[in-house]
Formats: sequence, C-alpha cells, structure tokens
Amino acid sequence: MTGIAYTGVPSAEELRACPGIPTPERRKKGRVAVIECVQEIPCNPCAAACPFHAISIPGEITALPRLDGELCTGCGRCVALCPGLAITLVDETYGEEEGAVDFPYEFLPLPAEGDTVDAVGRDGRTLCAARVVSVRRPEANDGTRVIRIAVPKRFLDDVKSIRRLARKEEEDAWTTK
Amino acid sequence: MKKLRTEVAVVGGGPAGLSAAAEAARAGAKVLLIDENKRLGGQLVKQIHKFFGSEAHHAGVRGYQIARRLLRDVEDAGVTVASNALAYGLFPEKELGVVWDGKHCQVSAERIVLAAGAKENYLAFPGSTLPGVMGAGAAQTMANINRVLPGRRIVMLGSGNVGLIVSYQLMQAGADVVAVVEGADHIGGYGVHAAKLRRAGVPFYLSHTVKRASGDGALARVEIVQVGKNWQSIPGTELTLEADTLCLAAGLNPMTELAWMAGCAFLYLPAFGGHVPAHDAKMETTVPGVYVAGDITGVEEASTAMEEGRMAGLSAAESLGYGAGAALDAERAAIQRRLDDLRAGERGAIRRESKARQTAAAADQRQGGGAT
Repeated sequence: MTGIAYTGVPSAEELRACPGIPTPERRKKGRVAVIECVQEIPCNPCAAACPFHAISIPGEITALPRLDGELCTGCGRCVALCPGLAITLVDETYGEEEGAVDFPYEFLPLPAEGDTVDAVGRDGRTLCAARVVSVRRPEANDGTRVIRIAVPKRFLDDVKSIRRLARKEEEDAWTTK
Repeated sequence: MKKLRTEVAVVGGGPAGLSAAAEAARAGAKVLLIDENKRLGGQLVKQIHKFFGSEAHHAGVRGYQIARRLLRDVEDAGVTVASNALAYGLFPEKELGVVWDGKHCQVSAERIVLAAGAKENYLAFPGSTLPGVMGAGAAQTMANINRVLPGRRIVMLGSGNVGLIVSYQLMQAGADVVAVVEGADHIGGYGVHAAKLRRAGVPFYLSHTVKRASGDGALARVEIVQVGKNWQSIPGTELTLEADTLCLAAGLNPMTELAWMAGCAFLYLPAFGGHVPAHDAKMETTVPGVYVAGDITGVEEASTAMEEGRMAGLSAAESLGYGAGAALDAERAAIQRRLDDLRAGERGAIRRESKARQTAAAADQRQGGGAT
C-alpha cells in the first residue's frame, strides 16, 4: 500500500493533490516554500507564521494548507514553525548546475558551512552529495535550525533532509546504562 | 489529621487541571489544585516538540513552554497549589482523601474537577519483564526530564503519536531507533511525525508485533513477527532485531478511579481508551458538582484537554454563583467551537461520534435512564 498512512512517505498521488506545492512556473522564478502536508490534521501555525499571507487554511482547521506561490517570497518563516517539519524551500535559480534546499533540522551534531553531507529523500535514502551553504538558528525559530544545502538540480524535487551525523563518543554528555 | 475546605478542588495538574483551576479562580472561586508530582504540568513538561493545533491552543509552541504559561496563569489567578499530593479517594459529600507531602489530609470541596489524565497500557509477552523493556512514556521521562538515555538501540512498539514522537525524541537525544513496529496495517499517528522518522532512516514494520524479548539479564534481542487480519502470528515471518531498549507505546487508558468512587455513570468508548464517565456539555458528570476534563474523559490531545479544562472550571465556578449571563455564555460557546474544530475532519470523526455518545449518556441518566 502506498501513501503517508502506510509508509510514512507521501505518495506521488498525494503530492499531486497537495495544495501546498508551488507550480513549476513559480519555481522557475526563485526560492519558494514547498508544503508537503497531505493529511488532514488540526493544525494551523503555518498560516499565522507567514508575513505575506501566502499560506491559508480554508474553512476548518483540519483543511490542508494552501500556498499562493505569487505571494510567497521564500522567506522561510514557515519552515521552522511547522510543527510537522513538513515545509522546505526550493530554489531552482541558485546556480547553473545546482539548486538549493532549506529544511528544518533538529539533531545534533550540526554540520558546518562548507561541509559535504549526504542528501536524503522522503524515505531516508541517500540521493546525492550536498554542500552545506548555511546553518541558521534565528531566535524566532525557538531552537529549530534551518539548514540550506546545494544539490544538483536533478535531485531538487526529492531532497528533503540530510543523513544524521554520527555523534562522537567523547563529546557525548549523556549517561547510558 | 489536617482538614482543608475549598470551593473548588481540582485533581490533576496537567493541561486540563491547570486550565480548569485558572478559569475557576479567575471567575472568583477559591480553588485548590492537587497534583501527585512535585512539579506541575503533567505530561506537558516532557514534551520538547512544537505542538499541533491552532494558535488558540499555543500551536507551534513546545509543550514544556505551554506548561510554564499555564502555571503562570494558575499563580496569577490565585490558585492554592498542593503538589506532591496524591488524591487517593473521593468520598460522599465531596470529600477527598489526600496524602500531601507524606501526611494524610482531608479536603472538603463544594465542587470537584477530576483531571487525572491517563496511563499507558501494558503488554505482556515472553521477556516483557526484562530490564530495558519499558513504557514509551518512561523512556521519554528518562531522556527529557532526567536526561538519561535509556539505551542506544531502540525498538518502538506502537506507531500512534506517542510512539512516533518518543522515537524522534530518543533520536534527538542520541539513540538509534532500529524499528517502529505496528500491529495494524497502517501508521496510527500523524503522517508528518512518521515522515520525520522515515527521512531519518527509521524502518517501519506494519502488521507486525513483538513475539518475545530476550537477553542475559537485560534486553539484547527483540523478535518480531508478522500478524494476519485477525492479529494471529504468521509462522515463518519472525525477524530478530538487536536492541537494548524496547519501548511500549500501545495506547493509553483514562485514570478514572476517583470518578468510579464518586459513583459517576460510565460508558465504554474504545476510541477514548476504555470506560469513561458520562458528562454534559459543561463537563459535569452524572454526580452533581463533580466535573471532569482532559484524558479522564477520553484520551485525546493536550489542546482538547485545555479547552475541556476551561469549560469545567468556568462551569464549576458558575454553579457556585461566580460569573453568569451573556459574557459567560459567549465564552463557553467559543470554547465549544474550538473543541468542535479540534475534532473536525476525517481523523476527528470517531472522537466526534464518541463525544456525542458520552453527552447523550449523561442526558439519559439524568432523565432516569441507566448508563449504557
């Protein structure tokens, strides 16, 4: 069976029907939010987070968030504020060969700018190598870091995060049994 | 023995109890809030993730920060707080037996709000008593409150929101989750929570359950097996996972003991986790003056618990003569609207239906019918 309720990964069909995905025309114009919220749950902080009113939850709070690509400036406020970590930014205009993806990241350790890391897709599989462009943690994000990576353009639709980096034992502050 | 009198006694200092206490006190009632823990906030204090829901329910704010806000409300409203106080019994004439800081005391209240929450379901299987097998809530308390990582390699049994969220938080704390195992053929919790785990490389085993746990003095291996339509194990599908921790996230059931003692009418609602007290729209049970709010009325979310708590607190205060008229009606209507919103949509259908049966049962009982 496919679909997020069976695999934890939104299916191609669910993504096609998702009102939070920007159009190909909008994507060509530069950085824009991609809201992969495909299941009706009671949640609306993304709509309130957007300073440009580009995200709306029409009717009941369980409705899927709708992106107005023309109003979206790609500012990224929503990326760290979505409790489901379901929003990324894509920038097709980042470079000649490369596009950029911004995603929320809540694991330690953090990569450093300039590092080469493994870019992963929705199912956690490594898709390609990625270069870390920036690691940001504005106070408004309340602890959630937003990382920007550059990846070859052909992976831009599918890159969603990076492989979790290994912890070094000596840096480990945790007590274990 | 110490004897205390109050107008409203609230049992439980989680999101429902804190909200009820603050509202009742704000309305003018003298309120005593009783909680068995040293630190109030209930399960909120260990929720390090940003909450779902609407702006009205602090969506986007991390759970422990919501607890701080609610605690401030309670203090500002002038509620008397009894922490480290276990309410063990509710006797006729609304008398509560409480062990407070190790000493027995008796609390007489004119109105009681029961907001005791819920407890984790236990599962028995060969090896389930081995060290390293624990409730998901216990693992979450270890990691987020006591800052002790329960283990390095975790198997999570149960894919409801508790199982998904605790898995993610154990990974944030530095552990690896080697599997999320779910008996049903679909993921129980929110897809976005599951998606976080999938992106981080966690495999899901749906239509699987734990057959046995084993290890020499402590958990070392978890054997899982595929289950068929009627939950019977399918021989030959066993798979052994190496793990030092097995977390059980097999649902919650309401902590209804005090409501049973009070003589409240109950009904059985599987979607709410078991037997729950019937109550009306104002959260009053079939025992006049005894109100309920939060997971004790049926396992839902912190957001619904807060709204039910507000409703119960306002109503208890109203019945004592604090607050009345159009302003109160409007406030209650607003709370009810927000509750309806939280139970909207496809995923809310079963909870909408269950809540309707629960209020209908209270109405039946008052008209002289029996509990269903």
